[in-house]
Amino acid sequence: MPKQAKFHGGIHPPEAKVTGAFEIQTAPLLETYVVPLQQHIGAPCNVLVKKKDTVRRGQLIAEPGGFVSAGIHAPTSGTISAVTTCTGPAGASVPAVELTSDGDDTPDDTLTPMDDWQNSAPDDLKKRIADAGIVGMGGAAFPTHVKLSPPPAKPIDLLVINGVECEPCLTADHRLMLEDPDKVLTGTQIIARILGCKKVIIGIENNKPDAIELMQTKAEKLEMEVAPLKVRYPQGAEKQLIYAVSGRRVPTGGLPMDVGAVVQNVGTAAAVAEAVLDGKPLYERITTITGTPVVKPGNWRLRVGTPLEAALTLAKGVHNDPAKIIFGGPMMGLAVYSLDVPIIKSTSGILLLNSDETSEFTSGPCIGCGQCVDVCPMNIMPGTLSVQIENERFDLAEAWHAMDCIECGCCAYMCPTYRPLVHHLKRAKAEIVARRKAEQNK
Amino acid sequence: MAEETVKLPNPSSLVVSSSPHIHQPQNARRVMLTVVLALLPACVAGVYFFGWPALRVILVTSIACIAFEAFFCKLFKRPNAIGDFSALLTGILLGMNLSAATPWWVCVIGALLAIGLGKQLYGGLGYNIFNPALVGRVGLLIAFPKLMTTWVTPTPGNFLPDAVTTATPLDLASQGTINADYFNYFVGNMGGCIGETSAAALLLGGVVLVYFGYIRWQVPTAYITTLALITWGVHLANPATTPTPLFHILTGGLMIGAIFMATDMVTSPMTKLGAVVFGIGCGVVTCVIRVWGNYPEGVSFAILFMNALVPLINRYTATRPFGLATRNREANA
Amino acid sequence: MNAVIFLVILGGALGFVIALAAKAFAVKTDPRVEEVEELLPQANCGACGYAGCAEFARALVEGEATPENCPVSSPDEVQQIASVLGVSLGERLEKVAVVRCGGDNRLANWNANYNGILDCRSANLVAGGTKACQYGCLGLGTCARACPFDAIEITPHGLAVVHPDVCTGCGKCVAACPRNLIELVPKDAPLHNLCNNPEKGAQSRKVCDVSCIACQKCVKSAEEGQMYMDGFIARVNYENPPSADLAEVCPTKCLQPSLLVKQSMPALEHREEAQQEEEVANA
Repeated sequence: MPKQAKFHGGIHPPEAKVTGAFEIQTAPLLETYVVPLQQHIGAPCNVLVKKKDTVRRGQLIAEPGGFVSAGIHAPTSGTISAVTTCTGPAGASVPAVELTSDGDDTPDDTLTPMDDWQNSAPDDLKKRIADAGIVGMGGAAFPTHVKLSPPPAKPIDLLVINGVECEPCLTADHRLMLEDPDKVLTGTQIIARILGCKKVIIGIENNKPDAIELMQTKAEKLEMEVAPLKVRYPQGAEKQLIYAVSGRRVPTGGLPMDVGAVVQNVGTAAAVAEAVLDGKPLYERITTITGTPVVKPGNWRLRVGTPLEAALTLAKGVHNDPAKIIFGGPMMGLAVYSLDVPIIKSTSGILLLNSDETSEFTSGPCIGCGQCVDVCPMNIMPGTLSVQIENERFDLAEAWHAMDCIECGCCAYMCPTYRPLVHHLKRAKAEIVARRKAEQNK
Repeated sequence: MAEETVKLPNPSSLVVSSSPHIHQPQNARRVMLTVVLALLPACVAGVYFFGWPALRVILVTSIACIAFEAFFCKLFKRPNAIGDFSALLTGILLGMNLSAATPWWVCVIGALLAIGLGKQLYGGLGYNIFNPALVGRVGLLIAFPKLMTTWVTPTPGNFLPDAVTTATPLDLASQGTINADYFNYFVGNMGGCIGETSAAALLLGGVVLVYFGYIRWQVPTAYITTLALITWGVHLANPATTPTPLFHILTGGLMIGAIFMATDMVTSPMTKLGAVVFGIGCGVVTCVIRVWGNYPEGVSFAILFMNALVPLINRYTATRPFGLATRNREANA
Repeated sequence: MNAVIFLVILGGALGFVIALAAKAFAVKTDPRVEEVEELLPQANCGACGYAGCAEFARALVEGEATPENCPVSSPDEVQQIASVLGVSLGERLEKVAVVRCGGDNRLANWNANYNGILDCRSANLVAGGTKACQYGCLGLGTCARACPFDAIEITPHGLAVVHPDVCTGCGKCVAACPRNLIELVPKDAPLHNLCNNPEKGAQSRKVCDVSCIACQKCVKSAEEGQMYMDGFIARVNYENPPSADLAEVCPTKCLQPSLLVKQSMPALEHREEAQQEEEVANA
C-alpha cells in the first residue's frame, strides 16, 4: 500500500455520476465535422489542407506550430468544405476546418502499428505520441510528448496514472477503465518505458469500487500499484494527486517533474496505446453527456469536431431548456453559449444544468468567514485575494500567492455570499502574467 | 415511421459564467438565521429569569436595528440588506447585552450606534471593523454608565412586569464579596445582561454553531482557556481575595462574548491559526481589565480591541501555499 | 510672572535652535520645480510615465522630460511651462480618445447572459465575453473607471463613449480596454470608423447592425489617401482626414463623428426608418 497523505482542504460535492453504469456507445458517422485547429495548450497549428482537398481518416490536417503543440488529424475521410473559424469551448473564435464526410471512413496509413514496442527506442515511441497529436485528456490538453520529455537533470521515478475522475457528474474515465483496462495498462507501460520509470501508481477514487477491483487484478501482474483514494475533490489535480499517492509536495510554481513524478490521465494512456499498437492518431475520445435536462444521458465515443448539437441529438435532446451547457465537469468546466461548439480532444464531458442546479454569482461582500481558506487545496486565501483584486491591487495579489491558484473552484463552491472567487483569481492570474511579460520586455 | 423529434436547448436562454457551476446549498442568509436560532435558548433563558422587560428590550433593539438598517441602506443608496438577517442578529445580540431594566429609548440609541456607527458607516456587512452589537453596547456603556449598570434581580419563572435592581457577581467580586454559587451561575440565575447569564443555554447554541461549522471553535476555546489559565494563576497567588477561574468563566459576558461575539465572521480572523491568536488576545485583554482594571467586566472592550487587530492577525497568520515550504527548504539546502 | 519669563526664554531658545536647524539641514530645491508643478494639471494621472505631477515637474526641471510628455496640459499650458524652463517646443497635436465601437445593446447582438464580475477585463475571460462581436465594446466600464478625468460615459444601452471636451488624451483607457478598442486620435478629426471588427463583411454584419462591412464605399468616395483599407476595416487617415460629409456614403453608419458630438445614433435611426418603411409597405 503506498503512503496516502491527505491534502489540505478540498470538498465533497454531490457526485451525481448517473452515467457510471452506462456502457460506452460509439457515435454514428456524421455528415460534417468542424475541427478547430487549436485544441491544446501551446503554439497554434498550421493548417495543411485547403478547400476541396480530400482527406482520409487520421490524416494530418494541421501540423504542430512548435515543440509545445500537437497536430490535428481528420476525424473521418471526406472533403474539406471550408477553412473557416468556429466558436471554441473557451468562447473565442478559433480557426477551424469544416470536413464533409464521404461516408466511407477510409483510414489513412501514414502511421503503422508498432507491434514490437517493448523493444522500440523510447525516442521512437515519443515521436509516435507526438505524431498522433496526443494531448492530456483530463481537461488541460497539454501536449503529452512534452510532458514525457523532462530535462535530464530531472529524472522521473514515479508515474502516476490519474483514474480519479474527481469532477462530479463525469464518468468517461470510469467507463474506460471498466471496458478497456488492458489498453489503459498497455499505454501505461509504454509511458513508463519512455520515462524509464519503474514505479507506477494508478490512483482511483473509491467511489468506483468495480474499477479499482478490475484494475487491481490486472495491474498486479504488471507490477503496478492501484491506490484507492478517499473521495475528495480536487483529488485529480496533479499536485494534489501526487501528494495523495506518494506524499511528495510539488513546490509552488513548480511542475510534477520537480519531485520526479509525471501524471497522466487514463484516457491519455489509452490514446497512447492506440497510437502505438494500432497506429491510430487522436481523433476521437470518450465523452460523458449528462445532466438533469438530458433525455438519455450516456457515455459516448465521439470524434473530435462533432458539433455540440449533434452530440446532444445522440442523447435524444433535452426535456427542458437548460440554464447552462458546460464543456467539462461542473467544477472546472467552461460554460458555452452556442450549439455549434465542437467537441475537442479535451472534452471529457458535456453537462447540462437547470437553473436551480447552477449557482448564480453575486457581487456580495466578503464576510470573512474563512471557509474558502479552509477548503483551498493550495492553502491560499481566496477571500482576501478577491478583495485585493476587486481593488485592482494585483501587486498584493501576487504577494499573497494568487499564482498558486489551480482554479479548482472549491472556494467559490463554499462562499456563503456567492462571490465569483475563481473568476477574480483568473483575472488576477491573467494580469500578473501580463505584467511579468511586460517587465521582461522592458 | 415518422422521424422522432429531438428537442434541443435554446441557446438564447443560456447563461455563461466562470467555473464552478455548482454551489453548496448554503448562503449568508441561512448562516445568519442559524446563528439567530442558536441564540434563542439564551433568549428564552433571559426572559425566564428576568421576565417580560427582558423580552421588551430584545424586541425593541431587534426592530430598531432592522429599521436603521433599512434607513441607512436607503440613505447610502445600497441594496436593501434586511433580507440577510444580519441586522436582526445584531439587534438580538445588542438586546442580549443590555440589562432588562434598560429604557426603550436607550435601546433605540444603542441600535443606532450599532447599525449606523458600527456597520453602515464602514460600508455595510462585510466591511465593518468592529462587531456592531458591541459598538452599540460600549457606546451606551460610556454614554449612560448609570443606566447601563442597573441590573435586575432574577425572578425565575415569575414574569413580573417590574424589576428590582441588584448587582452582578462580578460587581460584588470587585467590591470584595465573592459568592461561589456556581450552579446558579451556570443556569443563569444571577444579575447581569439578559443574554449573558445562562452559560448552559449559550453553550447549547455554541455546540449547534460549531456542528454546522458557522463559527470557528478555536476562538471560544482559546479565549476561555486563556482566561482560565491567567485567572487561575492570579487565584493561586491570592486565593482569599480573588475569584476562581470557574467564577470568571461563568459570570459576566464571557460566555456570550466568546461564543457569539468574538466569533462574528466579519470581525474575526480568516485563518484557524488567526482564530487561536485572536482568542488568546481576547482572553489576555479581558483578564487585564477584570483583574487589574477599574471595570468589573472586560469582555466587550477586549473583543473590540482585538477586532481592531484582525487585519494585522490575518496578515501574519496568512496560510502558506501548498509546496512553498519545500522550495524554501531546497533553496536553503 | 516667573512662568511668563520662563516661557518667553524657552520659546526664544527653541526658536533659535529651529532657525539654526533650518539653515544647517536645508534641502536645496530648484524654485522652478514648484513653479512648473503649479502649471501642471495636478491630476496625478501618471500618463507622463512619472508618479504624479510633482515627480514630473522635477523631471522637467532636471531635463529628463519635455513638457510635451504631459498629454493632459493644453498647448497654452505646455507653452507656459516651456517658457519657465526656457526650452523650445515642437508643434503638438491635441489628442483625444475614441472608442472604436458603435454597437450598443440595441444594435449589436449578444450571445448569452453573462453572470460574473462587472468588469470588461474579467468578462473577457469568460467565454470570451458574451457580445456576439468578439471585437466590440463590452460596456462594463473598465475604461470609465480607469479614466482620471471622468471623461468616459457608459450609455444606458451599454456602450462606452468618450466626451471629447473632457478627455485629455492621457491614454489610460487605451491600456484598460481588453479589446484594444480605444485609440488616441487628433481632437479635430471629423470622422472615425466606429467599428473594429476585422472579419469579412458578412460575418461582421451577422453580429452587429453597425459594423464595417468592408464595402469600400468610403474609400472610393473620399479623396486619394484620406481613407484606406486595413484588412476588412476601413480606416481614416488622421493625417489627412476626409470631410464630415463622407459619413453619408456609409451604408451601415459606422463611419461617424464621435457619438457624443452628434448626440444621436445614426445607425439606430437608419434601422428604425427602414422598419417603418417596411410596415408602411406591409400595410
